[in-house]
Amino acid sequence: MSLEVTLITGRTVSQGEAMERGKDLDDYTKAAAVCELDPADMEKIGINEGDTIKVSTGIGEVIVRAVKSRQYPHEGIVFIPMGPWVNSITDMPADSTGMPPFKGIPVKIEQAKGEKVLSSHDLIEKLYLRGNEKGEGVR
Amino acid sequence: MKKAKGYGRMVTDVVCPFCGTLCDDLEVVVEDNKIKNVRHACRIGSSKFLAMNELKRPNRPMIRKDGSFEEVDMAAAIEECGRILSRSKRPLLYGWSSTGCEAHFVGIELAEELGGVIDSTSSVCHGPSVIAIQDVGYPSATLGDVKNRADLIIYWGANPMHAHPRHLSRYSVFPRGYFRERGQQDRELIVVDVRKTDTAKLANRFVQVRYGEDFELLSALRLVINGKELEADEVAGVSKEDILELADRMKTCQYGTLFFGMGLTQSYGTHRNIDAGISLVRDLNHHTKFSIVAMRGHYNVTGIGEVLTWQTGYPFAVDFSRGYPRYNPGETTANDVLQREEADAALIIASDPVAHFPKKAVEHLARIPMITIGPHMIPTAQLSEVFIPSSISGIEEASTAYRMDTVPLKLRKVIEPPEGIYSDVEILEMILENVRERRVRQMEREKKAGEGR
Repeated sequence: MSLEVTLITGRTVSQGEAMERGKDLDDYTKAAAVCELDPADMEKIGINEGDTIKVSTGIGEVIVRAVKSRQYPHEGIVFIPMGPWVNSITDMPADSTGMPPFKGIPVKIEQAKGEKVLSSHDLIEKLYLRGNEKGEGVR
Repeated sequence: MKKAKGYGRMVTDVVCPFCGTLCDDLEVVVEDNKIKNVRHACRIGSSKFLAMNELKRPNRPMIRKDGSFEEVDMAAAIEECGRILSRSKRPLLYGWSSTGCEAHFVGIELAEELGGVIDSTSSVCHGPSVIAIQDVGYPSATLGDVKNRADLIIYWGANPMHAHPRHLSRYSVFPRGYFRERGQQDRELIVVDVRKTDTAKLANRFVQVRYGEDFELLSALRLVINGKELEADEVAGVSKEDILELADRMKTCQYGTLFFGMGLTQSYGTHRNIDAGISLVRDLNHHTKFSIVAMRGHYNVTGIGEVLTWQTGYPFAVDFSRGYPRYNPGETTANDVLQREEADAALIIASDPVAHFPKKAVEHLARIPMITIGPHMIPTAQLSEVFIPSSISGIEEASTAYRMDTVPLKLRKVIEPPEGIYSDVEILEMILENVRERRVRQMEREKKAGEGR
């Protein structure tokens, strides 16, 4: 079962606090590798607080933890704090302003039971250094 | 400097080097060159100061050898930076928002020397606002003006309770001002957003706009304020009745301020949304006094815009490849230079593009030699060839920063940096000197070769 919604990204106070404390710490993963969903959307596909979910766009997919939004209602809109997790699925700018589309991204949300939320370090290692399962890194 | 009760010394009037609000009333308790306590700061600000004691900061420069970092001395690191940058045909010098203006001066000189592209985090933040301001102007005000005069505050696509946590209490909604003696009771707060944000929860009136239709709502308000009939029953998910009421409230206030954030700059329409917002404020000034202020993010992102403008004539995305400054957002902006895979080396300072740029841009950064200057081992450093740890501007170094309303403030030095750690300015000066020396040597070699023929 999946849900098609619009993704927006941005700062949260917890993300900012954790980022300043150190991006290599668990707190940063807890603060930024999350997806805030409207409770009505969570109900639609049976997602509970703390479940791992897969968020995908045409660019890629990322595993994050589902969180019940405190800033609802915003049915049809999900929020992921700025950080390496969400930016592994954001696209490049295309409107001659230099600004990548960080808000208003069509995404698909699915349950991802058993999948692991990677730390910032491991995510970057996987995406840009070590690469995919075949070891095809960027470098 | 006061003696703190119980222990240490207290440094007063400290300016917080986190967000564009630049709160300048912090008190920091210091003992044995360690920060013991921070007063008045928000969650993020205090985290930045207090984390200093816990952070495992690298204290020596590092160069990547056979895939992993090796510690080297400063001279070797600078030599490697000079080698990478001098060989590059189109280096990208990016970041600059979390360091002082003194570092900007040297950075711009380095970009000119290298014929590179220098861009700031404005590119992924308020770049579209700058483009709109160049098109239609900026009827703005200082935050002091807002605090003393405003009786109507609007946050549009901005959530300061998360991104600028003390903005409401210091400048907009809660403080008592010269003409607003009762503080919050003398003011009205309106929030326009796609979500009922934590800022919206404090508002007298919350307007929920449909995603991507801010331009339509701003245009509808302009239409009504300019005395035209609104024919639609609803615009952007907001009823005609609400739009009429909102327009009336804006027209009849004594002094209004529209603060806007990423909800407008990063959403569909980007600079056109800001254009509409500024035009709305201009229209409102036919009826009352109204101002507009961009909620700038990093503490000195406004500063790099100011310094770049007075030195090159352009506010961000400046390209020196032709020997003179050029500016063309969409072409010379960091993400576009990376998207076209043009940059063949990068110097990243006071920012973290690997965490905050889209995947395709990061993939290109991972392929090219990258130098990172900053206090922490951030994701960008993880993909770099050279990492030079630096002191923290505004905590370990005094510097100058511009608040979101373009008021410059002096940042204080609270503690000494760890031994062997240089400031951004010193590191950039060393790199610039190395690059210049290489250029002189190259010219001498060419001259000799010419004489030999």
